[in-house]
Amino acid sequence: MRRRRRSTELTLTIAGPIILLFAWEALSRTETINPLFWPPPSSLWETTETLFLEKDLLGDIGISLYRIIAGFVVGTVPGIALGLAMGLFWPIRVFLMPLASAIYAVPKIAILPLVIIMFGIGELSKIMIVAISIFFLVALNTMSGVLAIDTQFRDVARNLGASRWELFWTVALPGSLPAIFTGMRLSLGFALVVIVGTEFLAADKGIGFMIWQSYQTLRIQQMFVGLVITGIMGWALTLLLDLIEQVVVPWRTAGEEA
Amino acid sequence: MAYVTGTPQPGAHHSPRRQPTLLKSRTVDSGARVVARHVGRRFTTTDGSVDACVDLDLTVEPGSFCVIVGPSGCGKSTFLRMIAGLDHPTTGTLDVSRPDGRTPTNAMVFHGRTLFPWLTLQQNVAYGLKLSGMDRNTRLERAQELLGMVGLVDFQRAWPHQVSEGMRQRVSIARALAVDPDLLLMDEPFGALDEQTRYLLQEELLRIWERTGKTVIFVTHSIDEALILADKIVVMSTHPGTIRKVIDVPFPRPRFLTEVRSDPAFADLFTTAWSILREEVETGGAFTEGTA
Repeated sequence: MRRRRRSTELTLTIAGPIILLFAWEALSRTETINPLFWPPPSSLWETTETLFLEKDLLGDIGISLYRIIAGFVVGTVPGIALGLAMGLFWPIRVFLMPLASAIYAVPKIAILPLVIIMFGIGELSKIMIVAISIFFLVALNTMSGVLAIDTQFRDVARNLGASRWELFWTVALPGSLPAIFTGMRLSLGFALVVIVGTEFLAADKGIGFMIWQSYQTLRIQQMFVGLVITGIMGWALTLLLDLIEQVVVPWRTAGEEA
Repeated sequence: MAYVTGTPQPGAHHSPRRQPTLLKSRTVDSGARVVARHVGRRFTTTDGSVDACVDLDLTVEPGSFCVIVGPSGCGKSTFLRMIAGLDHPTTGTLDVSRPDGRTPTNAMVFHGRTLFPWLTLQQNVAYGLKLSGMDRNTRLERAQELLGMVGLVDFQRAWPHQVSEGMRQRVSIARALAVDPDLLLMDEPFGALDEQTRYLLQEELLRIWERTGKTVIFVTHSIDEALILADKIVVMSTHPGTIRKVIDVPFPRPRFLTEVRSDPAFADLFTTAWSILREEVETGGAFTEGTA
């Protein structure tokens, strides 16, 4: 029974996108929808090949990935540190909470001009806007992770002789790791949105730039290739994060049976 | 092929639970003495102050098994936390000592889910040893031995969420025993278990205690459990928590569940304890109160 259910699930999962692609292909070829704006998916293969060979698509992908990953690291590391501090020490929490909540609510792309003023128009500003966008997200998630740790764990550790420092390393840090990863997963989505937006507005390379330029020159097929690649990048980065999580937070990903 | 006597029977490789060689065994000196004199704990909140317990006078002899029973909110957990050093009395004195004058150690088995989810069962048991600075191999070996004692050696690499509540509770006990404390404090350790598992663990606890001679202070709601385990039962009243009566339990050691239950004195002692508790539960507001 269970097996059948699973195979049905798999079939349905795959069927969705395939049906959509076929419908699109058919509608476009029969010109039911305008093929100029909705080029048939099959024609995108050729465009992709040309882009890779002649237009340095790989370079665009590379630079965008670099900006995302560098920005992610630059934002995540201090974000975790601040989040732990906010979770562990109430004065820091009370002091920073209003600020963090307010800044967190600002649409990230809105601070782009400010970031450019601060860090110039080079790579640094692209990395920094990603970093700043995710910093508070990671910090707030980490903080709530620390606060959500059952106080009994602290008692157990203290009862067995843990010092404050040992409490941090053996209780606060591992206890907040699942929440830290939740924050990082959300951040990845943010990072992708922000980098594409930034590249629309203020870059001369990158996948966002490529999409925007394709739109401006009405190369719709190129634009679609850019969209698909952005999707694949997001998916691949999430997968990478999942793999890291499996190594770092094995107890959360381990199944029910020993 | 002839059958040879003494050949391991099928299943014999499941060796009987190993005796941990690393736990101190019962000696004249084993166990801590706990002396409480007029111990009280007052919690002060913005709405005023509440006495969790007042004027507790109690002596627990080294190596004895003391069970505290009382209705919800009688401050028994607070008392236990104070003995553990996790909280301090606001009045009176609480003295934990060893007959030979050395500093006693204690370990507490907490109520509820308190295994660290981020450590395997083996790492959980080894946790206290890690804090005491024991090297990795020695402490993991010792943890394995203790898991063997509670029958869980096959599950040492499992995460806490992967095993049953009864297994987790066994591991909690092993974790507390790992540091070989003079005083073992247990806060309703079997409260969340089904009855059968409870019986098994009670017997297991008795065997461990008989062998090691630790002082045990055990908190429970169950008079039944108290009678099976205790040398001395402390019956507490509620709001604020005070000691109503101390009952000596005469059943011989080593004890077995079935023998204790069929002893005629069991019913008498049960009645004695229940008549006090009943009064407390009915008049003490355990029906109406919400604060523990």
